[in-house]
Amino acid sequence: MYSIFKKEIRSFLSSLIAYVVIIVFLIAIGLFMWVLPEYNVFEMGYANLDTLFSMAPIVFVFLISAITMRSFSEERKSGTIEILTTKPISDFQIILGKYFAGVVLVLFSLLPTLIYFYTVYQLGAVKGNLDVGATWGSYLGLFLLASCFVSIGIFASAITDNQIVSFIVSMFLCYSFYSIFSLLANFSLLGTLDNVIANIGIQAHYNSISRGVIDSRDVLYFLSLITAFIWATKTAFSARKW
Amino acid sequence: MSIVVEKLSKIYGEQKALNEISFEVNPGDVLGFLGPNGAGKSTTMKILTCYIPQSSGNASVCGFDVSSHSIDVRRQIGYLPELNPLYTDMFVKEYLLFSAEVQGLGKQANARVEEMIDKVGLTIERKKKIGQLSKGYKQRVGLAQAMLHNPKVLILDEPTSGLDPNQVGDMRNLIKEIGRDKTILLSTHIMQEVEAMCNRVVIINKGEIVANNTLAGINRQLSHSGIIITIELKNEVKESMLKQIHDVQTVKQKGKKYQLHCSSDIREHLSQIASTNGWVLLAMNLEEESLEDVFQKLTK
Repeated sequence: MYSIFKKEIRSFLSSLIAYVVIIVFLIAIGLFMWVLPEYNVFEMGYANLDTLFSMAPIVFVFLISAITMRSFSEERKSGTIEILTTKPISDFQIILGKYFAGVVLVLFSLLPTLIYFYTVYQLGAVKGNLDVGATWGSYLGLFLLASCFVSIGIFASAITDNQIVSFIVSMFLCYSFYSIFSLLANFSLLGTLDNVIANIGIQAHYNSISRGVIDSRDVLYFLSLITAFIWATKTAFSARKW
Repeated sequence: MSIVVEKLSKIYGEQKALNEISFEVNPGDVLGFLGPNGAGKSTTMKILTCYIPQSSGNASVCGFDVSSHSIDVRRQIGYLPELNPLYTDMFVKEYLLFSAEVQGLGKQANARVEEMIDKVGLTIERKKKIGQLSKGYKQRVGLAQAMLHNPKVLILDEPTSGLDPNQVGDMRNLIKEIGRDKTILLSTHIMQEVEAMCNRVVIINKGEIVANNTLAGINRQLSHSGIIITIELKNEVKESMLKQIHDVQTVKQKGKKYQLHCSSDIREHLSQIASTNGWVLLAMNLEEESLEDVFQKLTK
């Protein structure tokens, strides 16, 4: 698994994907945080990172889909999958290697935003007047959300050898899981069931963990979603044998 | 037995790609797997390398079953797939190191990679990206990749297809040299390749084995099936006189040329008969049926 992981990371670096993803993410989030009207910290007048945490998932929908779209599609298209799957490693090792490479890349795009954290911390009307617990909770939530998106992305990549299809399917699934369930719940059609529907989506759990309370139910939700999509990837990947 | 294939079948949807084929490969054999395109060569190799499963039947490599001990099988084999897929944006050495690691070579990886780069003649190209290499060098990278872990069995799917004649020669020599103590299963649709490299031949057509013999055995089969001697005489002679000659089976006359189908090489005998009968022999030509003819006959 480690050899696959290493290869993926090297290919992110050598194909410039890593740099592009990190830079685009930082520019996009930086613009929302500090420049664009209505969203920026100065106009809002609150020294907090709400803009970062509300915009990052949307940016991730695009960026993570772009990172993961090639992971299996390209191997299938170029035929290198045949080399990979006839080596003495299991399908599972291949999938996990690729998955963790994606997660690490996302983690490295998140790390520089700690500078924003520091800046906002310093900007408070009373210096340091920031809900530090909630911020760390939000970071954890964002990281878990991104990890889910990566698992969705590699699943989308495993079902097709066309990168564009993979990209679009991944974006659709990520966005659906992120927000469609809470939007559906907003219709308030099903009474108490609305709450259940909202909780199928990522947003409910992301918001809950963002309050700074790390509820084991939320963590469990994220881990289950990741496991489910990795399992689905495994199934799709093994489908060549059917 | 290095490779045992028993009643192996593969069905793609409605189409039967392999129909209960069985053959064995002994350790140290170089088996030429011969057949026209679409005969089922690649399918058999893909099953043997655990890339796709069979529909029915059994296959094993070095005693490990391909379905139940897939990982063990994959440790024993080196595989060069058809069209030689490679990560074109990786560097030669980087790619080989990756392959070595995936093969689980651990600390030996670096030394083995250096050794293979040297062996297959990639020393000058080692710092290039794979995408920049010529086809011949790419093929060498593919071969190096298959040989890194010193596998007992090498499975090479059309290793020389698409190369120029010089590269084909180089590739054949390389395979011969590197695979001296290995079992090699090599698919091709080029007859000369089999004659140049293999000691056994399996000919496959439309998913069925049509011939399975040693190269010498196939040649023997051929000599049984016949030799054609064409003679040209100054004056016509009666066909019946030629037919009386020992070992001559049929005679075809084209003017003063006679085509004799014989069961053995009787040229010496013929010239003696000609001189005793006073025939003036202008020309005599021996045509042996080549492997190519057999191949065409069997796979038509």
